[in-house]
Amino acid sequence: METITLLERVFDGLLMLTLLWLAWRALQSPDLFKAVVLFIAFGLTMALVWVRLQAPDIALAEAAIGAGLTGALLLKALAQSNELADRVSDDHTTDTGDTHEHR
Amino acid sequence: MNTADHRALPKPFQYVLLVLISALACGLGYAVLSLPDQAIELKGLVEANLEASGVRNPVTAVLLNFRAYDTLLEMAVLLLALIGVWSLGATPMRRGADPGPVLSALVHGLVPMMILVAGYLLWAGAHAPGGAFQAGAVLAASGVLLLLTGKRLTARLTGRPLRIALLAGLGAFITIGVIVMPAGGMFLQYPPSHADGLILFIEATATLSIGAILTALFLGGRTVSGGER
Repeated sequence: METITLLERVFDGLLMLTLLWLAWRALQSPDLFKAVVLFIAFGLTMALVWVRLQAPDIALAEAAIGAGLTGALLLKALAQSNELADRVSDDHTTDTGDTHEHR
Repeated sequence: MNTADHRALPKPFQYVLLVLISALACGLGYAVLSLPDQAIELKGLVEANLEASGVRNPVTAVLLNFRAYDTLLEMAVLLLALIGVWSLGATPMRRGADPGPVLSALVHGLVPMMILVAGYLLWAGAHAPGGAFQAGAVLAASGVLLLLTGKRLTARLTGRPLRIALLAGLGAFITIGVIVMPAGGMFLQYPPSHADGLILFIEATATLSIGAILTALFLGGRTVSGGER
């Protein structure tokens, strides 16, 4: 019994540290793709934390919406913004020497 | 995406920000630590009234009965988010890359399973963890998978049928909320004898709508009626 509570404490502590570390890495990562992947990992760890806090309802919602769908949405948004940036830079390279402002 | 635009703040400003954020963190920490142990005995209140709610899972009882108004507004917020995305323009017509045989086979196997899981989560919500939002999210995940493998709704379904699916949850919620008013006296006050059926109906339509809304959010643009989804 004693060892089980001790193990749980250690597990909770590790979970907490992992969560904070993932959050920090996701925030300070200059590579946006990496940040999104870290955010998904953060969501999954958060779901585990909810399970440990005995809130399985929230854990389910966090895993499905927080990690899964938000991750997919962010990846899609990232892909679209990259596409947009490529198109803008293409316009710039074809416009070199042109004096009028880009729209 | 270069690194320069993320580090554009001048140094002194960064320190000011650091101080401000630290102060905010301390304030929040103080607020949390100085909270009274239990402001109101909410747990006992929910347990005492669980009988009358029509479901046996206290979380579902709170979400769909005691605080149903909050859930109603959540559905409205989801719909508003989609309207916001749709107002930005129509969805690009371009199809995704060909998924290949392995991914196709996987999706063909997975999607029916996911729909089954969504149904189970919806049903289980009455007595165990689960419910409309979780079920809707699983449904939406299967929708996202289908979109990623290049599947699109046929032109016949993208117009009115899709919009009805998007609105069904909120519509059913408000309609039932108004219908029960003569019996209960207040908006969304279900009569206890019919609460279970009403909640199941609301949750079923909400699941469909949440799934459709989240999938449409992933698609990220207004579907042209009669066009390609």
